[in-house]
Amino acid sequence: MKKLINHPEDVVRESLEGFSLAYADLVKVHFDPTFVYRADAPVSGKVALISGGGSGHEPMHTGYVGRGMLSAACPGAIFTSPTPDQMLEAARTVDGGQGVLFIVKNYSGDVMNFSMAADLARSEGLRALNILIDDDVAVKNSLYTQGRRGVGATVLAEKICGAAAERGYDLPRLADLCRRVNLNARSMGVALTSCTVPAVGHPTFDLAEDQIELGIGIHGEPGQRRAQLKPADEIAEFLTLSIIEDGPYQRTVSEWNEEKEEWQDLALESPPLKYGDSVLAFVNSMGGTPAIELPILYRKLAQVCEKKGLRIARTLMGPYITSLEMAGCSITLLKLDEELASLWDDPVKTPGLRWGI
Amino acid sequence: MINNRTIVAWLKLAARSMEENKGYLTDLDAAIGDADHGINMERGFKKALTLISPVEDRDIDAILKTTGMALIGSVGGAAGPLYGTFFLDAAKALSHLNELSNTDLVLLFESGLKGIQRVGKAKPGDKTMIDTLQPALEALRSAFAYGTDLIEALRWMVQAAKEGMESTIPMVAKKGRASYLGERSAGHQDPGATSTYLLIQCLLDAVESQS
Ligand SMILES: Nc1ncnc2c1ncn2[C@@H]1O[C@H](COP(=O)(O)OP(=O)(O)OP(=O)(O)O)[C@@H](O)[C@H]1O
Ligand SMILES: [Mg+2]
Repeated sequence: MKKLINHPEDVVRESLEGFSLAYADLVKVHFDPTFVYRADAPVSGKVALISGGGSGHEPMHTGYVGRGMLSAACPGAIFTSPTPDQMLEAARTVDGGQGVLFIVKNYSGDVMNFSMAADLARSEGLRALNILIDDDVAVKNSLYTQGRRGVGATVLAEKICGAAAERGYDLPRLADLCRRVNLNARSMGVALTSCTVPAVGHPTFDLAEDQIELGIGIHGEPGQRRAQLKPADEIAEFLTLSIIEDGPYQRTVSEWNEEKEEWQDLALESPPLKYGDSVLAFVNSMGGTPAIELPILYRKLAQVCEKKGLRIARTLMGPYITSLEMAGCSITLLKLDEELASLWDDPVKTPGLRWGI
Repeated sequence: MINNRTIVAWLKLAARSMEENKGYLTDLDAAIGDADHGINMERGFKKALTLISPVEDRDIDAILKTTGMALIGSVGGAAGPLYGTFFLDAAKALSHLNELSNTDLVLLFESGLKGIQRVGKAKPGDKTMIDTLQPALEALRSAFAYGTDLIEALRWMVQAAKEGMESTIPMVAKKGRASYLGERSAGHQDPGATSTYLLIQCLLDAVESQS
């Protein structure tokens, strides 16, 4: 293992210490329990937006704390979901009197820990709702699996909902918006190399020089299948088509019903993309793929979209949701309407994403 | 007879076992998950040991509750809420007991299992810790029904847990991270089923060392 670290067990803490020093004007960090929050929190009269998950995906989520995006982020150990006490303390700290929306990626650990946190927050009289992000088309069905994983759409949901919270959306409206972003987004990723969890010390999986892993998540977990390494054009085309040709996706999620005061199963469907749609195209590096390669993928992505009648109205390109040093990429397409596009354009000022301010 | 000292001894052995098997559990998780299970479990039981030391002389439910809270607050991942709930729900079912009868011991595992199923919604055959815990509980029940003594009953339980753990090898995962692999998850032993087996083995060791 060759990493710029001191001791494997100190990676998360020391990284957060340096992070809060570097961005002291934007964020503060709290330890035990650990969370990063807006330097100006609590912002009164605004719904607080909290996300979190295992560390190792930087800049997500801590890099997205700040004006126009998250109120707080709760980092777990590397690739391990955070614990409920972190989310609870973060909620207490950033609640501005309008409640908290938890944006949760659909992994069994995250779902359970965030549900417990929301229950605890409500038992203290805070308003709290959870919305799941599950946009990874590599997972085919929800019947025989945990359901689709939350990947690239998480970044988009955090940006768009952060803008809406800034505009004064109330909690139920913000939850609806977040759900809508998720239902209209789809992603697919590929790994060229594995990654090494510092505490483990060796790569999570072995991948031969000429092999790639298709349909990976963001935790160095093995993907859908292995394939031969191909030119960028073929990979970009495969990823883009996997998204565009994905049919309607149904699943049942558990959401808190504020009127009935209970968790309720909700049947949701993601409609497929269709000819004439406007989209936000997001080409993401998994961490190890250099910036020069991403536009090569984007170039093909744009050609495929054109052929399929999709108009790319907004673009995001870079390492925004990573898996440590893994080489590889993911593509996310989000169907835009006027509201989503305008929220996307709103100013944002965070360590990881910044424009308009 | 199991008393609060046995429970503390169990948790101490569990912490040692998680430390010793950290690499093994993490390697199992690397094959079908995300290579963190052993690290999570070691961290959690280490934390549990420090938190239970002030309550070691209290009733069994206080020790179990402290353990559950420690695990929920430090393990993370899926295993944190699941094992945490196991201990919390077991504690609720056994309030104010200093010793456990055979029936109480069955109740401990029964309540814990129900808690794991409430939180995780997994069924037997989904390739999870349930596949170890459920048959282990059955074996404990049948052993007592058959009239065996505590140690013998726990030996039956460990044997069933081992078979349950190994039964996860050919299974295709339907819950947790491994479910994303579909058919590719077959051929690997489930990490959570393995840590559950280790915990049950530690209970037998604790009881044997006390008698
Ligand atoms: N829904 C569930 N019900 C019961 N057991 C489960 C469930 N989901 C996962 N598990 C068990 O948890 C084990 C994995 O625990 P681990 O600590 O590695 O969490 P994880 O899945 O990596 O969590 P995270 O998704 O947050 O990283 C699996 O081997 C399985 O036995
Ligand atoms: Mg794991």
